[in-house]
Amino acid sequence: MRLLFGSCFTLLVAAAIGLGATWFTLTRGIAFGSLSIGAWKAWPKSGSVDIDPYARASIARSGELPIGLGDGVTFYAHTDDAGRNFDGRCTFSISGMTPPARYWTVTLYDPEGRLVANSIDRHGFTSEEIVRDIDGSFSIAAAPLARPGNWLPTGGIEQFILVWRLYDTPIGVATRTTKEGPMPAIARKGCS
Amino acid sequence: MMRFLMWVLGAVLLGGIVHLSTVLALPRAANQDAYSRLTPITPVNSMVALPGPTPENATMPFMDPAFAAAVCRYDLSDGSLKLIAPVSQAYTSVTFYTRNSVAYYAINDRAAGRRSIELDLMTPDQHAQVPEEEDVTAADRLIIESPSTKGLIVLRALAAERGLMGAARGALSRATCSIQQVQ
Repeated sequence: MRLLFGSCFTLLVAAAIGLGATWFTLTRGIAFGSLSIGAWKAWPKSGSVDIDPYARASIARSGELPIGLGDGVTFYAHTDDAGRNFDGRCTFSISGMTPPARYWTVTLYDPEGRLVANSIDRHGFTSEEIVRDIDGSFSIAAAPLARPGNWLPTGGIEQFILVWRLYDTPIGVATRTTKEGPMPAIARKGCS
Repeated sequence: MMRFLMWVLGAVLLGGIVHLSTVLALPRAANQDAYSRLTPITPVNSMVALPGPTPENATMPFMDPAFAAAVCRYDLSDGSLKLIAPVSQAYTSVTFYTRNSVAYYAINDRAAGRRSIELDLMTPDQHAQVPEEEDVTAADRLIIESPSTKGLIVLRALAAERGLMGAARGALSRATCSIQQVQ
């Protein structure tokens, strides 16, 4: 009797632990070999055959196609530099410089990877169309209401994420010397 | 007490095994991965333009809205594949994925260094059958080996400004992929 209880208990707990851990790692997007610069995180190996099993499972589940490593590198940010979540009702400023790349794009998504509806139909900027200062730096305002300059509308959603894609870049392909590379700084400027 | 701890330890070990096996099995069991999403809208071995992502509708999550994209869903069981992709003004890349969305090769317009990207995709077996002198004489012939018989080729062309999306789409519309019959 005791044996039966024991084994049932063990199997149940094992299933809960195993499936729970799988669900947790996949929804949190845990993968090895990440490259962090400030609040930005990239997994350059996800775009190559060296992709680890966790990233592989997570990509199969979401249905996305990662950018190939020879093509570019994708950085994700869920929070500002102080670790505060991207709340679409707040204003965030994203400013500074980017690592060397032939082109880059920045896009605002909801956590599931969908674009966010807004009145001016803007979902991001490319390196060509962004308005820059004289020294080449730029500042983007991710905010629910219109701003002068580079306004990236958040649509007022509860949580958004920013995706920075560098195309034709030495980052990730070459060495890790770019660890302190200049990714744009993110700061919260208040909430409405 | 001791016995209870043993059961717990067993449960944790077994849980670890369950976790690892589900993670490893998931790519094969997934029915919403990129290949499955593209199957209904892309005929096999032909180049199809993908609709750009909108807030209401997107073929896949995390598509870059600044890019025009086209897909060739390939199946090499009837022969090797020839891909010709004209280069657009700004930036064009070609990425090769296996059936399970693993990117195994990517090339961009600068690396290709020509006005169009031309290459042959074949399985390792088909590559082994290519006559050697042909391999040598056509030195500029780019041959890519696909680790899987089925997979995806994704062409992406950047529209550096919004007004250039039409030009990027136009460049991709001239891209072709077709099966070369076995000689």
